[in-house]
Amino acid sequence: MPEFTDLLFYGLAALTLGFGFLTVANPFSRNPVTNAMFLVLTIISMAGLFVLLHAFFLAAIQVLVYAGAVMVLFLFVIMLLDLPEENRRQIKTLTLGLGTIAVAAIAGIFIKAISHAAPLAASDRWLDGETKPLGKILFETYLLPFEILSLLLLVAMVGVILLSKKDLK
Amino acid sequence: MGTQLSQYFPVLMLFGVAAGFAFGTLAFSVIAGKVGRRTRTKDIPYECGMLPEGPGSARMSVKFFLVALLFVLFDIEVVFMYPWAVNYRDMLKTNAPLALGGMVSFLGILFVGYVYALKKRAFDWRS
Amino acid sequence: MFDWLNYNPTAAFVVFSALKIGIAFGVVMTMVAYAVLVERKVSAFIQDRVGPNRTAPPLALKIPFVGRFLQGLGIFQPMADGLKFILKEDFTPSYVRTIYFWLAPAIAVIPALLTIAVIPFGSMLGSEKMVIADLNVGILYTFGIVSLGVYGIVLAGWSSNSKYPFLGGIRSTSQMISYEIAMGMSVIAVFMMVGDLNLSRIVEYQSGGLHHWLVWRQPLAFVIFLVSAFAETNRLPFDLPESESELVGGYHTEYSSMKFALFFLGEYANMIASSAMMVTLFFGGWQPLWGAAPAGSVFAGLTHILWFLAKLVAFMVLFIWVRWMLPRFRYDQLMDLGWRRFIPLALANILATAIGLGLYSLASN
Repeated sequence: MPEFTDLLFYGLAALTLGFGFLTVANPFSRNPVTNAMFLVLTIISMAGLFVLLHAFFLAAIQVLVYAGAVMVLFLFVIMLLDLPEENRRQIKTLTLGLGTIAVAAIAGIFIKAISHAAPLAASDRWLDGETKPLGKILFETYLLPFEILSLLLLVAMVGVILLSKKDLK
Repeated sequence: MGTQLSQYFPVLMLFGVAAGFAFGTLAFSVIAGKVGRRTRTKDIPYECGMLPEGPGSARMSVKFFLVALLFVLFDIEVVFMYPWAVNYRDMLKTNAPLALGGMVSFLGILFVGYVYALKKRAFDWRS
Repeated sequence: MFDWLNYNPTAAFVVFSALKIGIAFGVVMTMVAYAVLVERKVSAFIQDRVGPNRTAPPLALKIPFVGRFLQGLGIFQPMADGLKFILKEDFTPSYVRTIYFWLAPAIAVIPALLTIAVIPFGSMLGSEKMVIADLNVGILYTFGIVSLGVYGIVLAGWSSNSKYPFLGGIRSTSQMISYEIAMGMSVIAVFMMVGDLNLSRIVEYQSGGLHHWLVWRQPLAFVIFLVSAFAETNRLPFDLPESESELVGGYHTEYSSMKFALFFLGEYANMIASSAMMVTLFFGGWQPLWGAAPAGSVFAGLTHILWFLAKLVAFMVLFIWVRWMLPRFRYDQLMDLGWRRFIPLALANILATAIGLGLYSLASN
């Protein structure tokens, strides 16, 4: 059923873009919680796209870590701080100019990358995105970056504790 | 269409059923439920019969925030352990020291952070 | 009747999936309704009371003996409860954040129902595998979906705009995320032994009878998982989010009618899902006590489903029994147990398993 998966891809891609747009520029609500919830929906539709790419492990992780963990944190912060509805800000010329430059730069990189990429040989030659081969690559070829990552997590952990605990002894 | 990919289709179907059920019952209870009067006393937040004082959301201890942040970090750590766990027995046959050492050093570095958090009383809810 | 299905594998797949979903859904709903009855009867038994024994439709009482007997068992109580939930006033207070107040119960119940997808509730029935979705990422799917379930509770607590629900929501979230780590770490040891995340494969690994069940090889992992499951489902002794003596009802204080019922349903569906996970991971899934190969006949397939359900019910009774036997933890004890006891224990278990498997592989070479 190639038509059906194509249909799913276009549907999910549209959903991702639509939710993404509603995350940053929701015309109906300026409540931070609404924005956060739309970000959750964006992440979940991206997980759906990963599934269509046969990246099953990544899809599960996307939901587990991003939609589950990171967003709970976001929501927590929003609620703990009880942020009021954001006021509609004036868009300054400088912001607009810098924004345009940033978007143009990213678009340039994308276009360059896509035009240089070799087209996929055949649609049935999928990279196997299962957990086992992924782990094999991670622990044999990319062991050093993996170990460095633990240092990064350690730094983050120490930073979190330093920032949120005032009564250090 | 690969066989694993096709296995995700029932998940989509189940999601449809679950969402349909959840929103369906909500809608059904609106239609079938009794409509009562809205009195002033009924319409105040429940505080055991006292009149509510101040805003509905109180300020919370920063500890909840700390727990949420540490949760994210530990969650990422756990996620990296799954691909290792499923490969461990195979890797023992090919390269045993790397299989064990790779993860032990990873966890060792993070355990330092865990001990630091313990010493800084990040998990202490008594004080 | 199903002849046309042989010619169209896609249609057959969709039809069989729909059938499996429909049956699993129906079974879960029935179990939720009757778990509430069992809960009330067990609590009555433990507290030396009678429990629900009055409700019965007049027509059922016309049946001699049997009608009265069923009335005494309270068989009709869940139906009356369900009807009442639908017919009661669905009150939305004016001070709440309306959209999220309405969305929260649905968000709480959908993930709870989605977790049953990957659980193998039987071996084979004909040529169909008795699992809704045989995903290779298995347990990661479950954990991902479970982590989404937190949203319902957070949003309920926040949108109620009232103090008790807010406190309950925050407490519940902290508790659930704390124990999610312990839960996730405890099962790593299991996957090291099996070498696969697919839950059907894990049941296969435990074939060969009672002594092959993983609970004997990973007792510590099982204990951590069991206790974390209690915390994840907000059940006593960890029901601090809704401890009635201090927070009234926790995050669902302001809810009534069907919206309240959905939270209730979500909690019981979560109980069923975590019981099913424990049966699958540690107690051999659908395997009988003496072990069996995947069923070749329809009769064997049905007995395997019954074995699974029997184990599931045993865990449900355990959940209910514990609720009426143990007092509630204090919040600092709860966090202490999760962060300072279970995480080091789970890590030690992983290390011990790693060394054990290493020695085993050295010895077998």
